[in-house]
Amino acid sequence: MGLFRRMVTLGKRTRMEREIEAELHEHMQMCIDDNVAAGMSREAAEREARLRFGSLVSARERVSEEDAALGIESLWRDVRMALRGFLKSPGFSVVVIATLALGIGANTAIFELLDALRLRTLPVANPNELAELRIVGGNHGFGINDGMFMNFTIPMWQEMKDHHDPFSGVFAWRVNDVLVGTPSESRRVNGLEVSGGFFSTLGVAPWRGRLIEAQDDSVCQLTKVVASYGFWKSQMGGVPITANTTMTVEGKTVQVLGVTPPSFFGMEVGNHFDLAYPTCTPQKPRREIFVYSVMGRLKPGWSMKQAFDYFNALSPGLFEKTAPSGYSADSVKTFTSFRLGAYPAGAGVSYLREAYSSSLNYLLAITGLVLLIACANLANLMLARSSRKQREMAIRMALGATRARLLRQLLIESALLALSGAGLGVALAQPLSRALVAALDTSRNSIHLVIAADWRVILFAAAVGAGTCILCGTVPALRSTRTDPVSSMRSGERGVMGNRERFWLQRTMVVTQLAVSMVLLVGALLFVRSYRNLATLNPGFRESGIVVGYFGFGGLHLKQEDLTAFKRQLVEDVRALPGIENATATNNTPLGGGSWSHSVDMGALSGSSRFTYVSPTYFATLGIPILTGRGFTDQDRSGTPLVLIVNQTFVRRFVRSSSPLGAHVHVLPEPDYPERTYEIVGTIPDTKYSDLREEQQAMAFVPADQVPLTAQRPGMAMMIAARDTAGVARTVRQLFEQKHSGVNMQFFDFEQGIRDNLVGDRLMAMLSGAFGVLAALLVIVGLYGVLSYFLAQRRGEIGIRIALGASRGRVIAESLRDAMRMLVIGVTIGVIMALLAGREASTMVFGLKPWDPKTLLAAAALLAAVTVITSIIPAVKAANVNPIETLRSE
Amino acid sequence: MAKNDLQGALDLLILKTLSQLSSMHGYGIVNHIKRVSDELLIVEEGSLYPALHRMEQNGWVRSNWAITDYGRKAKWYSLTRAGKEQLAAREKNWEQVVKGVDAILRFA
Repeated sequence: MGLFRRMVTLGKRTRMEREIEAELHEHMQMCIDDNVAAGMSREAAEREARLRFGSLVSARERVSEEDAALGIESLWRDVRMALRGFLKSPGFSVVVIATLALGIGANTAIFELLDALRLRTLPVANPNELAELRIVGGNHGFGINDGMFMNFTIPMWQEMKDHHDPFSGVFAWRVNDVLVGTPSESRRVNGLEVSGGFFSTLGVAPWRGRLIEAQDDSVCQLTKVVASYGFWKSQMGGVPITANTTMTVEGKTVQVLGVTPPSFFGMEVGNHFDLAYPTCTPQKPRREIFVYSVMGRLKPGWSMKQAFDYFNALSPGLFEKTAPSGYSADSVKTFTSFRLGAYPAGAGVSYLREAYSSSLNYLLAITGLVLLIACANLANLMLARSSRKQREMAIRMALGATRARLLRQLLIESALLALSGAGLGVALAQPLSRALVAALDTSRNSIHLVIAADWRVILFAAAVGAGTCILCGTVPALRSTRTDPVSSMRSGERGVMGNRERFWLQRTMVVTQLAVSMVLLVGALLFVRSYRNLATLNPGFRESGIVVGYFGFGGLHLKQEDLTAFKRQLVEDVRALPGIENATATNNTPLGGGSWSHSVDMGALSGSSRFTYVSPTYFATLGIPILTGRGFTDQDRSGTPLVLIVNQTFVRRFVRSSSPLGAHVHVLPEPDYPERTYEIVGTIPDTKYSDLREEQQAMAFVPADQVPLTAQRPGMAMMIAARDTAGVARTVRQLFEQKHSGVNMQFFDFEQGIRDNLVGDRLMAMLSGAFGVLAALLVIVGLYGVLSYFLAQRRGEIGIRIALGASRGRVIAESLRDAMRMLVIGVTIGVIMALLAGREASTMVFGLKPWDPKTLLAAAALLAAVTVITSIIPAVKAANVNPIETLRSE
Repeated sequence: MAKNDLQGALDLLILKTLSQLSSMHGYGIVNHIKRVSDELLIVEEGSLYPALHRMEQNGWVRSNWAITDYGRKAKWYSLTRAGKEQLAAREKNWEQVVKGVDAILRFA
């Protein structure tokens, strides 16, 4: 009915208005006709009618205001008017929209990453029911851990498989590279070892064929695999899966059972699997090697807390039953006191999440602050613009526009700006966050993250957009509609109406900007200096010109007792190659993230020390000097006395006697590593072990030939020093393919690897630095604008004072003093905020205190320089006004 | 209870006029009210047309353009069914209002 008609008439406004106007016009004419008929002259009759009627236009307005459709109609009209206004001042619009788009885009980009890493759940059925089992507090470095998320040994998993009342299904998995293709053309792909319940418990349905099921568990020969959608498409050409679909994995022909759906990437966020294969339980599983991550799906009616308690209560029996032998009583006691816990696992597990979560939080805060500064600029811009439109406002008010009407118009303007900014920002966010991921991507660790603008991202951008709209639109709008039209029109554009209150608002905004940019600059300087500290830190050994090679020779089926000699031979062969300076075997590459420890007992003092098994050439290859005693020689063999070289921290921590040389070090037993007593024959300076940030570790080195026979494995790492590292891999490959064919090889640059580990720190330094500079630039723009505005408003006053004899220097000094006052207040607040924020950031900066006085001082000096330079120009300009001209224009 | 709507008096006057004249233009409505009320009630054009417009939007009156007796084009309004119902309701309401006001005035 009525409402519908109103909707229909929407857009036919002009026609309707014309009709109303015609009707009113005819009414007037009839009135005139009657008056003339009554004997009035035509002029008098017309005059009389017009007096009665008033303005035809305003009468029409009153009629059409009755229209309910008017609400929508006039909204559209306001939108059009705002758009026309923007088109008329394209510079203003572009600046505002670009600022907002960049600000909102940067915020959304960071949020998108946080969303992908932390908030989004796995693409499986009811992810919130998934629970992960872990040892509460971790396993304290017990036994051997091959990688992240490897929480349990095979015997532990067998126990859990039998006792899991809270779970409707339970499964174990681990990531493990597998070799695909024939030996001559093989490459490593991401493997995913899964137990039979994996896919069914997760609720992942096959895309093609079938997935791994419980019946596939038992066979301890790799015979079946399941491909990921990506691998199937790119590596297998998307061929149909039949019973005869096979491929070569780890040198064996295996059957491809099926393909997983495109959305399923595995259990680790930030990574993806290529091939999944079944777990297998060997005859005598190792009890000290932690391999599996175990997860389950909660039965209906079980809460996470109940599940936690259930597994906690189960723990004593479980660890009693699975305790490994060959350890000292103390170690076993540690083991049996482990407790299990159940934790939510709906979002999967992620190395990236643990590594970069706090960095992303900081970046989100930083981008938020930058947006705040930008908003203050925009608000000032709007304020200046609206004060230029003061006259227009006053006239419209005098003509009867209500304040609400004008307010709506202004708010529509800023809402439009914020909307376009947010829209562009969301579009910008995608490439920005992709670029961020690409910056974190390194040659050895590629990142696969699903970055998509889901509802959370859209909601976030909308909230940020609305926030900016309110911040930079509402206050100026409220302010500019609160004018008294009479005084405003009377004063016109003359410079006497600078009302104190409005200046106060703009000052506050400038002070806020200064304070916030102080925080950002301090942060930027801290992160940049922290990265510099890390990058220039001397680890105590040679980093450049070293290639790390991994060699695997399980395929050669060498006898256990021949392994020692074979490894020595490989090192000798590499050392003899032309262009190679030196080479050494080692069981651990420094700063590679891995670690190897043994418990040592020296009578009065005992504890844990890192142990590295190396060739005699280790110290020469890495340029580590022998401080006292001797280095290893070729005479230190398995039959000769056991010898040890230790670092200074080891000496400080474990050696009581005046000289460590000749001291005996008792090493406690572990599976494959019998109890032993070494004699210290040399000492070296402290060098970094697994990570640049960690505290100095006690370290001991053992000759590679003295590795216990039981602990020898058919594989080794070699560090090769050469002037030209680029050619090393090729020469070694050539030689080994001739001389030791069947050896698997993998090479990477040592220095590059160290640098890759700093990628997060570098990114943090780069981004916080860039945002710091951006903040400073925004402050320059904002300060300049506000000061120019102040001075322009006071032109008349300044002109009079100059005419009355004030010197120009005095005028300049006065406006500088104004700027300085804002600077001091801003910096003081900024320092306080920076100190508060810095307490949280202390773990992220290296080699610095977050309240580092030098950094605070540098940031303050930088900001002061920026402020002075920025405020001098408008001040000089103001002081150069010609008093006569100014006064005449009054 | 009567809806206390003294403002609705104008609507009532217009609706009643249209029911009496079956069809009339704005100027005619003004004149009719003036004449019938012995110039006691004078409807201002400034209030009449917004009210007419509103009633039309609400579907109480319909309109069409036609020529007046004196040869001028004018928009003629007439009541719709809904308008007649509205008039009945308003008349009843008005009686209540008058009674109520009367009672107040007579209170001693």
